[in-house]
Amino acid sequence: MRFERREHRPAALVIATPILAVVAALAVAGLLIALAGAPVLTAYWKILTGAFGSRLSTTETLTRAAPLMLTGLAAAIAFRARLWNIGAEGQFYLGAIAVAATSSHVLAGLPSAVQIPLLFVVGAAAGMVLLLVPLWLRLRFSVDEVVTTLLLNFVAILFVSMLIDGVLKDPTAFGWPQSVGIDSAAKLPKLLARSRLHIGLIIAIGLAFAIHFVQSRTVFGLQSRAAGLNPTGAVFAGVPLARTLVIVAMMSGGLAGLAGAIEVMGVKGYVTTDLSPGYGYSGIVVAMLANLNPLGVVLAALFTAIMFVGADGMSRSLGIPTYIADVTVALSLISMLIAVFFTQYRIRR
Amino acid sequence: MSEAVLEISGVSKRFGTNLANDNISLSLGKGEIVALLGENGAGKTTLMSILFGHYMPDSGHVRVMGQDLPPGKPRAAIRAGIGMVHQHFSLAPNLTVLENVMTGTESLWSVASNTGPGRAKLMAISERFGLKVNPDARLGDLSVGEQQRVEILKALYNDARILVLDEPTAVLTNIEAEKLFSTLKDMARQGLSLIFISHKLDEVMATADRVVVLRGGKLVAERKAAETSKAELAELMVGRAVKRPVREASTPGETVLEAVGVTVRVDDVDRLKAIDFHLRAGEVLGIIGVSGNGQTLLAQLLSGTAKRTSGDLVLFGHGVGDLSVADAVHAGIGRIPEDRNKEGAIGEMAIWENAVLERLSGYSRHGLVDRKSAIDFAGRIISAFDVRGGSPTSRIRLLSGGNMQKLILGRNLIEHPRILVAAQPARGLDEGAVAAVHERILEARRAGCAVLLISEDLEEVMALADRIQAIVGGRLSPPVKAEDVDTRRLGLMMAGEWEQEGVAHAV
Repeated sequence: MRFERREHRPAALVIATPILAVVAALAVAGLLIALAGAPVLTAYWKILTGAFGSRLSTTETLTRAAPLMLTGLAAAIAFRARLWNIGAEGQFYLGAIAVAATSSHVLAGLPSAVQIPLLFVVGAAAGMVLLLVPLWLRLRFSVDEVVTTLLLNFVAILFVSMLIDGVLKDPTAFGWPQSVGIDSAAKLPKLLARSRLHIGLIIAIGLAFAIHFVQSRTVFGLQSRAAGLNPTGAVFAGVPLARTLVIVAMMSGGLAGLAGAIEVMGVKGYVTTDLSPGYGYSGIVVAMLANLNPLGVVLAALFTAIMFVGADGMSRSLGIPTYIADVTVALSLISMLIAVFFTQYRIRR
Repeated sequence: MSEAVLEISGVSKRFGTNLANDNISLSLGKGEIVALLGENGAGKTTLMSILFGHYMPDSGHVRVMGQDLPPGKPRAAIRAGIGMVHQHFSLAPNLTVLENVMTGTESLWSVASNTGPGRAKLMAISERFGLKVNPDARLGDLSVGEQQRVEILKALYNDARILVLDEPTAVLTNIEAEKLFSTLKDMARQGLSLIFISHKLDEVMATADRVVVLRGGKLVAERKAAETSKAELAELMVGRAVKRPVREASTPGETVLEAVGVTVRVDDVDRLKAIDFHLRAGEVLGIIGVSGNGQTLLAQLLSGTAKRTSGDLVLFGHGVGDLSVADAVHAGIGRIPEDRNKEGAIGEMAIWENAVLERLSGYSRHGLVDRKSAIDFAGRIISAFDVRGGSPTSRIRLLSGGNMQKLILGRNLIEHPRILVAAQPARGLDEGAVAAVHERILEARRAGCAVLLISEDLEEVMALADRIQAIVGGRLSPPVKAEDVDTRRLGLMMAGEWEQEGVAHAV
């Protein structure tokens, strides 16, 4: 048996690939659900109703999807230029803590219309800084950014932990390690009353379209794609490689930092070390599921959010562990990677 | 020729819709040298890969010394006495010659390498075939010719009776190649049987006993070398008569590009050493040399991707120091890169994107790519330069080497550059595409373009260049007029021997 590269990828196949991958992942997850002693079809139904069964669950799913879209975009944009940013988790936390600190200590009292945009910039900037350091190390000393960005996650989270147990500790939290709250004017407007759903979702979807436009229409998009696909060829064609990567890193780190910012401003109001249930890492999965397409990221983030929120509901009513959601998302990533392989190659005996 | 040591009968192999080998049969006698002649994509390498067990044939079989060879098993092929000398050596540069030769001959589980007998055997073989090597030299320190010798020794060390050489002269100088072929003939006299793959007619005529011509996956002809001619073989190989164009006399114009004592240092080593040349409008200046002697860096320097350490570049009479890619393109320097797949094209991007990537400022407004005019530009190149196999929006990877090269030539020449820097423009192309590329270069020369042709192909340089300089170890020889030299002289220049007599002929 041999694999041969496909010369033409039919559009139908490209669209069908992630769907088939998800179906395959659900089928395998079904085996695990059966092993756990629950009826499989009921379990699937419970996942669906858990995610969309009520107004509360629907808004909760969408609230979860927003930060996943942003971290997914952060990964997609970086990976496309072959910049392996595994550090979105750390950038997320740094963005979050920067927003909490700035809002409570610097901007407190300013009106929302001023404060919110400024805080977006602050959060994004914090994420950028955390990614520019590994990029500089790569450009200057050829240090592999997979290692540096991954390890900086732990540094960032411990740094945040130090701050919220120290200078930024909320004195009114009965000794719990949580940061001071953001100013009330920094809270993001809700999309729906009596829910946690905030405008962060609209911002994330808007950014996905904006990034899609940048990548497909602009000179920078063309150049950064070239730089990712073939750096030698890009240099020969006069693409400024370092500058392109710096801009890509600023966009990627900025998006991850922004994800942390909107999570604080839209949902929690303060920072704890469990602010993110792994949004940064899940963003990588989302980006891969979307085949690094910014618009696909929106759908992949939605799928991931459905699995996480839905599995909570299923777990409550059937008494099987919520880990099934993690397993299903992980399985869908694996089947997606296999499926992508098969859209690019065909089998020959 | 006595009994057949190797028989290939009825071998077919299909890749997708492409029939790479179509019912091919051939035999090889003891002590015989057979040349497998054909263009790129004719199926030569596929056939040899089947012989060596890298591919499974769809049908047909291989017999060695009367025994059927199990298909798809390289180990069985080695055991049956088939040795393969690859075009890109399969040697480890960090190991010594002896270690390289012995790799794969010992069990992974043996505690220590048994180098004593190994050394004795290697020395005996090297003695017998006159292939001199130092067994303790680190492979990476050897010249390309010596590395090839090691690759041959490695095959012989495995008791090869049949030696297959894939384009053995592709990386050698003329003199090294001559030496190689006399060694091969000597090996045949001692009873070894050889097959070598080539698309160079001269060496085929000079070395082979028998020539087998493949075209489009089919065996189209088999000739005794003594009973055929270069012209006949060329026609058989291409399927029609192809003539490479040759430059006509012309009078060059003023100097447009000059290098004055340019040195380029990379990692504390001077890779280009105080080179001088001047290039005039309407002429082709050939820079000839074996690859690895600095021509890559020279091409990069003029393409805007490498920086000088000292010296100066003079463009249209003005010292410019370093060129950036944008400077070069803006100044009207057309650039044909040495490696079209790595530098010249971004395989996964569309043809139109590849056409405009280096001149995006002309095809964008306010940072937005003007897709329509870019696609239009690509379409004009495709029709003007006869690029086949793709539309502006298909990925450039789908083009064959020749068509990709035509596109790269086209994106440079369609806007009539004043200077063309062409590095190895015909490397790896088949005869038809070579002729097309050469014709385009001469056409540019007629139009007054100054062409710097960097090449390792003597025939190419002799046919196109008005003046020739050799590049050896980062140094450039003084220029000689093409009319004043023959291939022998150029071969000597490529080996670095110009000081003694070269200067007298300098122009």
